[in-house]
Amino acid sequence: MGSEVEKKAVFDTESAKEVVKELRDSFVAGKTKTYEWRRTQLAAMLKMMDENEPQIVAALSDDLSKPELESSIYEIAMLKNSCKLALKEMKHWMMPEKAKTSMTTFPSSAEIVSDPLGVVLIISAWNYPFLLSLDPVVGAIAAGNAIVLKPSEISPATASLLAKLVKKYLDCSCIKVVEGAVPETTALLEQKWDKIMYTGNGRIARIVMAAAAKHLTPVVLELGGKCPVIVDSGINLQVATRRIIAGKWGCNNGQACISPDYIITTKDYAPELVDSFKCELERFYGKNPLESKDLSRIVNSNHFARLLKLLDEDTVSSKIVYGGERDETNLKIAPTILLDVPKDSLIMNEEIFGPLLPIITIDKVEGSFDLINSSGTKPLAAYLFTNNKKLKEKFVEKVSAGGLVVNDTTVHLAEPALPFGGVGDSGMGAYHGKFSFDTFSHKKAVLYRSFAGDAAVRYPPYTAGKLRLMRALLGGSIMGIIRALLGWSKP
Amino acid sequence: MEETIAELRETFRSGTTKSVSWRKKQLKALLDLVNENEDSIFNALDQDLGKSRVESYRDEVGVVKKSATYSLSCLDKWVAPKKGEVPLLFFPAKAEVMPEPLGVVLIFSSWNFPISLALDPLIGAISAGNTVLIKPSELAPACLSFLVQTIPQYLDNKAIKVIGGGADVGERLLELKWDKIFFTGSPRVGRLVMTAAAKHLTPVTLELGGKCPAIVDNTLSNPSKAKVTAKRIVGGKWGPCTGQACIAIDYVLVEEKLASTLIDILKKYIKRFYGDNLKELKSISRIVNKNQFQRLVNLLKDPHVASSVVYGGSVDEEKLVIEPTILLDPPLDSEIMNEEIFGPLLPIITLKNIEESIEFINSKPKPLVIYAFTEDKAFKKRILSETSSGSVTFNDSMVQFLCDSLPFGGVGQSGFGRYHGKYSFDTFSHEKAVLHRAFYPELEPRYPPWTNFKLMFIKLAYGFNYFGLMLLMLGFKKS
Repeated sequence: MGSEVEKKAVFDTESAKEVVKELRDSFVAGKTKTYEWRRTQLAAMLKMMDENEPQIVAALSDDLSKPELESSIYEIAMLKNSCKLALKEMKHWMMPEKAKTSMTTFPSSAEIVSDPLGVVLIISAWNYPFLLSLDPVVGAIAAGNAIVLKPSEISPATASLLAKLVKKYLDCSCIKVVEGAVPETTALLEQKWDKIMYTGNGRIARIVMAAAAKHLTPVVLELGGKCPVIVDSGINLQVATRRIIAGKWGCNNGQACISPDYIITTKDYAPELVDSFKCELERFYGKNPLESKDLSRIVNSNHFARLLKLLDEDTVSSKIVYGGERDETNLKIAPTILLDVPKDSLIMNEEIFGPLLPIITIDKVEGSFDLINSSGTKPLAAYLFTNNKKLKEKFVEKVSAGGLVVNDTTVHLAEPALPFGGVGDSGMGAYHGKFSFDTFSHKKAVLYRSFAGDAAVRYPPYTAGKLRLMRALLGGSIMGIIRALLGWSKP
Repeated sequence: MEETIAELRETFRSGTTKSVSWRKKQLKALLDLVNENEDSIFNALDQDLGKSRVESYRDEVGVVKKSATYSLSCLDKWVAPKKGEVPLLFFPAKAEVMPEPLGVVLIFSSWNFPISLALDPLIGAISAGNTVLIKPSELAPACLSFLVQTIPQYLDNKAIKVIGGGADVGERLLELKWDKIFFTGSPRVGRLVMTAAAKHLTPVTLELGGKCPAIVDNTLSNPSKAKVTAKRIVGGKWGPCTGQACIAIDYVLVEEKLASTLIDILKKYIKRFYGDNLKELKSISRIVNKNQFQRLVNLLKDPHVASSVVYGGSVDEEKLVIEPTILLDPPLDSEIMNEEIFGPLLPIITLKNIEESIEFINSKPKPLVIYAFTEDKAFKKRILSETSSGSVTFNDSMVQFLCDSLPFGGVGQSGFGRYHGKYSFDTFSHEKAVLHRAFYPELEPRYPPWTNFKLMFIKLAYGFNYFGLMLLMLGFKKS
């Protein structure tokens, strides 16, 4: 039919409208609401991963030079777990939740029903392009919605693989992938969605939320921030160092929203800590980390230039105690540690999102809480390594962040019982596990009343006696009600 | 204004509001405020809206008292961290979710329930440990004045403040950075609030409105049930602020053949509850101001709408009173059938078959509540699964508002976010995830350099395949 050479159609406002209309029609027809549909989609997603793991790993390698293990584990295995959990628990999640009723509404029964929101837009990021695209989709499917997924153009190989795989394995009348960059995203944001979930940075998040405001669309924003790590003395330094390295360079070479951004430790302990890092970093990545296959590269030249700018600032470059090597052709920067950069340096005032790790020293470890809170912004995660119980308690009490981990880094991501999300500048809303299901649902309150037991007190004409009884009913105590009925309480 | 927010921020930083005893003290003080000033509150509500004492107690004073008492009794439970189950793989580990206050919050309340819509969210904000600025609506000036004067007398002035003024004050407040904004009002202003909040990435809760329909099926054929239905519809329409309520019944859907039965019985109860004479209406509020009055009168101006009036329709411009009015089948494209009425006009729309009500409701934006008077189980199921609304109430009106265990909030155009009971506490909290790990045991395969063995190990670990892991480690699985 027609020419074999297809001109790639421009995805503009009209195209976006059509996509939304098609999905809305599918939703209204009830396609996504059935348990069967949700189950088959999630099962298909598992199959998709089983049958395409090498292709997914290859795309991630193309986009980020991501080591195979990171791709297999942090992108694929984590997503599989997400699907499996949803498949296992979905029936239970979908059941209405009984709610207690009180004397005030007696006799009645109440429940909370989970309704799908409708047609949702998921905009994902480039650093975990597979996971951050499909993990929210798992939640949206489990909750019974129709979905548009807009993967990041900064990881194009994964984006186009997603488009291909979703088309092949999932129900295209209800789940679509729209590829593109700013114009396509803008066209999508002009439409009316029932929910928008955005993973990315604060600047774009503001644009997303402002666009959502026009349609009163609720949003989930998964952003980032400078995730601090407080390192106390008197700990197993080797284990702590390794866990920090695993969370920093082991996670897409520091390009992760929950990667340790900077370290706070005491002036006394810093030398030991630096030595430990040098030792473990070499053990993990060898003497020439730029050649190591176990580190992702910097995603593109923009970010590469951005990171060099942080590193080469005058007052900062002299503070490098390890690393600093760079390879522009291959977009690689070696794991780099800096000691005591100035507080007003660029590197201490924006989210690093790369393989540079500043260590800030203070006199006493207790001072770290004020230091973190003084930044005025709340990070997505904060970490503490200590054996001091009181310090742990203070940390949990005083530091506000999306999530906290004591004696490890980043692993809370894999704990489905914990909500994953930010606060303040690190975002709003949360997901993972049942929280994903909830975030894409509307929790509808349902009250069942009967015709029996109609209290005249509710209706006018209002009298003092009715007022008495009304007080008692709202007060909810049986004695109060009896007293009122007998005329013994104040009008 | 910047000073006000700076003071609130400083108070929050000092940690005063985090203490549970401070929160309880404030809640108790709020109860005292309401108990000791009931008469002043009744007077203010009478001045602003012509509300009678019973209505004022039921919808405003009583609600605040109930809410504060409930929060006081549950607060210790609410602030406690919630433990989460941790898979064996993480052993030994402890996972919990800790609620913490968001910080400095802004509450906008509206004019129709000027006391409870200001103080009920305040209860949530205090329970969660925040500092608060309330901006009540200037369209209920006596109540605003009351709040501005009495709150500083009872509550901690450094942490809880009230500010008066009009839209310009609201606009300036929206330019500042808050940790949460709680807004009750119209969708139009809701958009402005959310757009302003977007600049600071401030989370918002929007409690809006919509056209809340009431479906009535053939339970009307049963005389005693018809009576109860009619009372509850009348009570649910004109009872709350003469229809000026987000959860008031906006319009009724009924089958053609039952329409006249319904209208007759509604008329009976309107007369009994409120009187049948415009001059002698009692136990009913008035319209808040000339603007709203004019808006409502204009809804009736359309000749096709005017001719559909079957009861009432008289207005008293001086006293800002509009008689309870029933309309039968006004044109579906008229304004009265397309904007939230928010007043004492009740259109009754007839359908050939009551099941069509579902499609009818779905053709309009999602409302805050759907009311359905029916005992048909299958029909109830259809309504629940085929419509979407903030909430659904079967066989009654309004009372879901009093149920603390049910979340109160909208969906779609009726808003997002929710409150009441523990939901109030949650809406003003950040649920912080906390994971405690130990230094031992250590899993070597977590660290590079990567090998196939490590890959296999982690894959099995992620699958929580403990048996497979054992086999691998004993050398029985190929890596």
